[in-house]
Amino acid sequence: MRDVAVIGVGCTTFGEKWDTSFRDLFVEAGALALEDAGVSGEQIGAMYVGNMSAGRFIEQEHIGALIADYAGLASTHIPSTRVEAACASGGLSFRQAFISVASGLEDIVVAAGVEKMTDVASGASVDALAGAADREWEGFVGATFPGLYAMIAHEYMSRYPLTREQLAQVAVKNHYNGARNPIAQFQQEISLETVLKSTLVADPLRLFDCSPITDGAAAVVLAPLDLARKFTDTPVRVLASAQASDTIALHDRRDISTLDATVAAGRRAFAMAGITPKEIDLVEVHDCFTIAEICAIEDLGFCRKGEAGRLTEEGVTALDGDLPVNTSGGLKACGHPVGATGIKQVCEVVMQLRGQAGKRQVDGARIGMTHNVGGTGATVAVHIMGV
Amino acid sequence: MSSVARFWRKIPQRYNLIGTRCTTCGRYFFPPRSFCPDCRRAGKIVSYKFPGTGTVVTYTIIRTASEQFEQMTPYALAIVKLDEGPLFTAQLVCSPEEARIGMRVRPVFRRISADGESGVIHYGTKYVPEE
Repeated sequence: MRDVAVIGVGCTTFGEKWDTSFRDLFVEAGALALEDAGVSGEQIGAMYVGNMSAGRFIEQEHIGALIADYAGLASTHIPSTRVEAACASGGLSFRQAFISVASGLEDIVVAAGVEKMTDVASGASVDALAGAADREWEGFVGATFPGLYAMIAHEYMSRYPLTREQLAQVAVKNHYNGARNPIAQFQQEISLETVLKSTLVADPLRLFDCSPITDGAAAVVLAPLDLARKFTDTPVRVLASAQASDTIALHDRRDISTLDATVAAGRRAFAMAGITPKEIDLVEVHDCFTIAEICAIEDLGFCRKGEAGRLTEEGVTALDGDLPVNTSGGLKACGHPVGATGIKQVCEVVMQLRGQAGKRQVDGARIGMTHNVGGTGATVAVHIMGV
Repeated sequence: MSSVARFWRKIPQRYNLIGTRCTTCGRYFFPPRSFCPDCRRAGKIVSYKFPGTGTVVTYTIIRTASEQFEQMTPYALAIVKLDEGPLFTAQLVCSPEEARIGMRVRPVFRRISADGESGVIHYGTKYVPEE
């Protein structure tokens, strides 16, 4: 297997982009990534695109061919493949691109992610997202995504000492980081009170515990490490790529408030990279809801079960803490265009490791991690990158 | 609008809590599985009708719902552990304040949702407090 590096990243701004179409989104992100990498279209050997539900959101399928076409690559006839794993579609798109380069089959490969969510009304998007869980036995009886994570939160809080304030601090911290990220959907800081007084969505989760509905796209360019320096002075090496699956329905899990797929993917990634959690300088975790960040920090092995709330309250996961979590603002503040999120996480880690993260830069960051979850934990992708 | 056949084919399971059981290892499944994750091909699966009583493992009160359920909010949703072991998701027929972890519940046959005013009405199992 060859060593692989990320040589270019590009991301649109995230938000409710009424004037921007699905096609505009991925063309913009792709062009930014190619420009960043100094790669021309003819040099691309293959493309992968993470997308959860264009069929439901814009009534368009066959996304692989569509993006190659509108990226101006129809005449090169490159293989272009859509990858779907609900909210983990982006993470899996990155992994497929990694495998393609590592195997030696292709040299320059683009991994993208895109989601255009605001062309449908809110009720319709809630229903489309419910398809990431078990439609027949969860969605059918009225389970929503916030509802499923709320049940994780209730179960967690009945077993571990997590306070409502500690949970809210996750959102406060991520908005602080988002306020320092020019692509973030929400670039304003919020107070604990804002979270605690926001409207209840699914008890105990409130509006400010939830990631928003977002339009956005992100793309990265991968190359074999030995070719990477031809394109960039700052290649970021992919140290590990891991993926794991679990039961589609939350009710079938071994433990309701532990994401075993996160545990498995995290262990595999640390083993592949040959490092321990202590060596990670920053991590982008999948905080679709505040409780999800708490579970992720623990399930990835950064602390024991039941401790992440206290660590968050003490500032350990803040920008200037020992383990900065979600420097981009996370899904909560940066936004969550579901198929694009996993690629945006890679963009953030690459920018941090290159020292290009501006006001949210983690000083001296050498090793970063991404954690991307599909559904309530039925698919998890974890990547470790380093310079 | 959802397909009629898709819901019709699960009527025995939804109306009568008919699940399955692996006679090789004795494990019960609801929702039903036709393949035992423990015994795999060595498993022998038979159908099993659950009496349906169980305990609430966790719950939430849904206040923002998808289109089909918007008119019913707020409603309580729970993961119920059946006495034979399997867990599954169902609505609770009780006030939001009444719902709690550890509550003993029994199944009732109820209307779950409808596809608009003239569409198909979907029925299934909800849960009420046992006492």
